[in-house]
Amino acid sequence: MSYFIVLTLTGISAGMIYAALALALVLIWRATRVVNFAQGAMAMTTTYVALAVIEATGSYWIGFVAALAAGFALGAVSERLLVRWVEKGPPLNAVILTLGLLLVLEAIVPMVWGAQIRSFPAPFSISATDVGGTFVALSPFNLFTIAAVLLVMLALLVFFRFTGLGLSMRAAAFAPSTARLLGIRVGRLLTLGWGLATTAGALAGLLVAPALLLYPNNMDAVLVYGFTAAVLGGLDSPVGALVGGLSMGLALSYIGGYMGGDLETVGALAILIGVLMIRPHGLFVRMAERRV
Amino acid sequence: MTSPVSTLGGRVSWLRLTLLRNAVLGIVLALVAALGLWALDSINPFAVYQLSTVTYIAIAAAGLTILTGLNGQLSLGHGALMAVGAYATALLLKRYADLNPAVVIAASMVFTVGASLIVGVAAARLRGPYLAGATLALAVGLPGVAVRFSDVFGGDAGTPVPALTPPDAFSSVTQELWFAWVGLVPAVITFVVLANLVRTRYGRDFRAVREDEIASSLYGIRVARTQILAFVLSGACAGVAGSLMAYTSNLAAPGSFPLTLSLSLLAAIVIGGLGSLPGAIWGAFIIVFAPDWISSLNDSLNLPARVSDELPLALFGAVFVIAMLVFPHGIQGGLTRLWRWRARLRASGSSRGAAAGDPT
Repeated sequence: MSYFIVLTLTGISAGMIYAALALALVLIWRATRVVNFAQGAMAMTTTYVALAVIEATGSYWIGFVAALAAGFALGAVSERLLVRWVEKGPPLNAVILTLGLLLVLEAIVPMVWGAQIRSFPAPFSISATDVGGTFVALSPFNLFTIAAVLLVMLALLVFFRFTGLGLSMRAAAFAPSTARLLGIRVGRLLTLGWGLATTAGALAGLLVAPALLLYPNNMDAVLVYGFTAAVLGGLDSPVGALVGGLSMGLALSYIGGYMGGDLETVGALAILIGVLMIRPHGLFVRMAERRV
Repeated sequence: MTSPVSTLGGRVSWLRLTLLRNAVLGIVLALVAALGLWALDSINPFAVYQLSTVTYIAIAAAGLTILTGLNGQLSLGHGALMAVGAYATALLLKRYADLNPAVVIAASMVFTVGASLIVGVAAARLRGPYLAGATLALAVGLPGVAVRFSDVFGGDAGTPVPALTPPDAFSSVTQELWFAWVGLVPAVITFVVLANLVRTRYGRDFRAVREDEIASSLYGIRVARTQILAFVLSGACAGVAGSLMAYTSNLAAPGSFPLTLSLSLLAAIVIGGLGSLPGAIWGAFIIVFAPDWISSLNDSLNLPARVSDELPLALFGAVFVIAMLVFPHGIQGGLTRLWRWRARLRASGSSRGAAAGDPT
């Protein structure tokens, strides 16, 4: 039973990370109807940036901020320079473009920093917390993970709900031509949306790296989990991303704990296909509207 | 449907029959290739080995062309389907070491067809990005199964596959050359079958579904069934390719089927030209030989190893990006355009000549 509780707590912590990546995918999907398959590779890249900054300055927090800033820049530049030109074309082209981005990033990073596996520091202890003699499976770093992701989600919620810029962004995503007629600079907002999304992805990369270690394709599996989480949540809703992320975290923690860690990705595939088989309509309602 | 014969107004020219023309063309090209390989074998055996990998990469790429190029379903998991074929071959040969390669390859194909039927049924419900994500999960996750159940699949080390030795009648033929010759046979069969298939009702259904699912279903095409058929067909190709790969590398191991294999196959068909079967061949040549060209480029530029190791991947990625931005029809599209441009030039040239000749 206590093993079950340990798996549950670590599942929640991992689920928050998947939720952050799912959020990145959802924000980009909402803004531009593109699934950014390079999201994991982008997060991996920004984590390498963080490691370089941490090694240069000796401060985790400067590296942390640098990674988020790098994430924003990477997302915004990718949208403005590359994705902008395929948004109008067939969806296949946009997907292939982001896959190209994935390959380029996974190749350039080892060119710069080498392909060997590296450890990544955590700002807080990653060993279990001692609360009056009993050990709780949540480490301080796990608590930081949960708090950081919740904070980012809350910030984005406030931004989209209660600020003028957030309202314009929702308008630009929902009805681009109407928004344009109303004087909203849709293009700029899409760039901003990609930047924000990739910042959330960069957070996921930072939070997953202490446990997962850092190497050029360390985010491949996390991208699969994040994508599955986003699909569970409907691919269109930030709250859905959070719920989906937590469900994935728990499910994979149980699969890994009871059946073996090598099966986690296959488990994600089974969940993904299962969900889409049972509720394809609920998930596809909006897409069907768009296609007709 | 209109048969090729009727369009000729009664005059039957056998070369106009697509089926026959494709078969003859395929066999002639295969014979030329077999002779060429034989000649090359004494000069550069390693190139022959690489060409034998081209045969199975081309088969897998051809299947992916049907699925992605013609039917519009994006699969990032064809490397995993190749793994199914390779492991089927390895496990079959572990049990029955003396089985005829043709039987093994066919059985591996059937097995992969079964596996892709499962994926394909699910895939038919998945649109665009959902399918890409599910097949991505397949590509990332399937090698883990081989590691987890190591008593069956041999874990990280993989399952060895006995070498394919030439029969006594060909005892003077080297191992590499025999591989390449053996690989040519399924390659020719695959391309001839697919080249004919794309011109039948099925091929037109594939394209119709790619262009507009709703219009296709109104027209009476069963969209889901068509998509499953395309998936299974391309899965069959991946199975054959995986089986050949296992024979060629004497091994079926999880490390041979990384995500980058699936993405390389996609690179092959994007470079070659989405939806074009000859394009799949060009693409296969390029993804097999590009790492070589790049390493010779490295030797001349003196790049450090960590740059040169990653350069092929970086260039494939760059090709994806550049192709989607400026060159969405690939090599075969470029060749077709060049061909048309030449034909137009010649047509306008001759009409000018005729006009000049008119007054006299």
